[in-house]
Amino acid sequence: MLIPKNNANLMRTKILIKLAESYLQDKFAQADRIPLELRPKDMQSSRCCIYKDRAVLKYRCMAGLGHCPEEEQDELITLKEYGEQALERKEAPKNKLSVIDIACSACVKSQYVITDVCRGCFAQPCRLNCPKEAISIIKGRAHIDPDKCVNCGKCFEVCPYHSVVKIPVPCEEACPVGAITKDESGKEHIDTEKCISCGKCLASCPFGAIVERSQMIDVMREIKETDKHVVAMLAPAISGQFPGSLNALVGALKKFGFSDVIEVAVGADITTQKEAAEFVERMEDGKPFMTTSCCPAYFRAAQVHIPEIKPFVSDTKTPMYYTAELVKKEAPDCVAVFVGPCLAKRAEAEWDPNVDYVLTFEELGAMLVAAGINVDECEEIPFNKISHVQGRQFPVTGGVAGAVASLVGDKFDIRPEKIDGLTKENIKLLKRYATKGGENNMLEVMCCEGGCVSGPGCIALSKKAARAVDAYAQTGEVLKEDTKIG
Amino acid sequence: MANKVKVRICVGTSCFVMGAAQIQSLEFNAPADIAEQIEIVEERCMNLCKDVKTKYNNGPFVFVNDELVEEATYEKVVNKIREEIKKSC
Repeated sequence: MLIPKNNANLMRTKILIKLAESYLQDKFAQADRIPLELRPKDMQSSRCCIYKDRAVLKYRCMAGLGHCPEEEQDELITLKEYGEQALERKEAPKNKLSVIDIACSACVKSQYVITDVCRGCFAQPCRLNCPKEAISIIKGRAHIDPDKCVNCGKCFEVCPYHSVVKIPVPCEEACPVGAITKDESGKEHIDTEKCISCGKCLASCPFGAIVERSQMIDVMREIKETDKHVVAMLAPAISGQFPGSLNALVGALKKFGFSDVIEVAVGADITTQKEAAEFVERMEDGKPFMTTSCCPAYFRAAQVHIPEIKPFVSDTKTPMYYTAELVKKEAPDCVAVFVGPCLAKRAEAEWDPNVDYVLTFEELGAMLVAAGINVDECEEIPFNKISHVQGRQFPVTGGVAGAVASLVGDKFDIRPEKIDGLTKENIKLLKRYATKGGENNMLEVMCCEGGCVSGPGCIALSKKAARAVDAYAQTGEVLKEDTKIG
Repeated sequence: MANKVKVRICVGTSCFVMGAAQIQSLEFNAPADIAEQIEIVEERCMNLCKDVKTKYNNGPFVFVNDELVEEATYEKVVNKIREEIKKSC
């Protein structure tokens, strides 16, 4: 396992902390200092000069304030003004991933390059196999004409000396659905029609050029400037994200100003019961298989990119849906805030009338750091509603299928398969299942490899988080079909 | 071989969010030359961040034996561990 978060990702955390702090201190009066503080004069620049670094940071701050850098009208608008605009809006900013064009390094388009290892051999399989006649031999070495190359990779495959290297474009490589592509100038753009909001491009860009619109400021405003009852709904992946007990985390959130805190694992228990019943019903109807539906990135991918699988996707709603429904039933006027590892949940929340805002663990962490709250030292406050083993297992690959299987029991021969990570290959596998069927009848699809504990909004290492999730699950009671929840 | 190098990673909320979480990958993929010679400990907040209002800018904090690493990154900590190993040889 490599170190998952690079400098570009860690910088995003710092930006969020600075913004949260700026809001809490003086409502953004000094916000325009943030890029200067993060890139002081004596610091080495990571781009051409510190001034460009600062310009990029300003755009990243804009996104942190919930604005979309692509929609910038006037370059002279200050961060203070953007902050004030953020405080005036009444609705959560729409979910959108976008590219900061000045930060995008326009990675080389030609993805195959012939290196010095080329011996200029007599056989020349690269030249012979190239379907576009893009390869010529110049001074005893093979060269690729980038205007003719179509990136088929034949030369890469046939070179006996492995002298051809593939230079990937990280964001394009990471996007499982081809939603991010270059424009004429070589800069990347995201097609919102195709985008499934998974955030893989954002996590993969080595230049930190991809941002999404944060709702952190909106949530803080609701807490600090209104009398509304603001409820935090903590996704099951919360275990291990903040050292200290979960009950201390409840104390920390209440100290920050949340009125109530509930585990989404409670909603996951409901999802488990309904999905198990649905599975048995579908199988008795003779359906070949069913897939899970709780991963919003997969759910959207199924709608837009794998339409053939739609009839097989479970109709059961997500843990977030059931949790928010419980919360709004008890307090219809409250503000329901989902806190999780996932960017696609922002898109799901736009369709869910009961969810008002979505935060990532990283954003919640930034809020706590800015407020000087150390979770471990907070008062331990228990949850009002208790979740069960199965619901707590959801965020690790295999957890959802395992939970459903535990309630299906011997009612039907359930054969689960884990689709661990929504990659281009796994999308093909799902298409094959939809058209030709397969040997298993319960497909659990997780867009993030390893499950939600590997989501782009996480703080902790996925391996450690997965252990914490497991340890917490073991302390719970076992859910039964007829267990009353809520 | 001398005693193991003790790596104490602060897991207070501030340090953890600022990147201490990533340094924990030492538990899984420490470079081969140091992997067997370190002992990793999760340390509760040592209050190093509380001195000045904006002092968290200097986090995450990691102690390698008695040496404090400020604004710790995986790389900085690995380098410090190598220095400590050299010292004890």
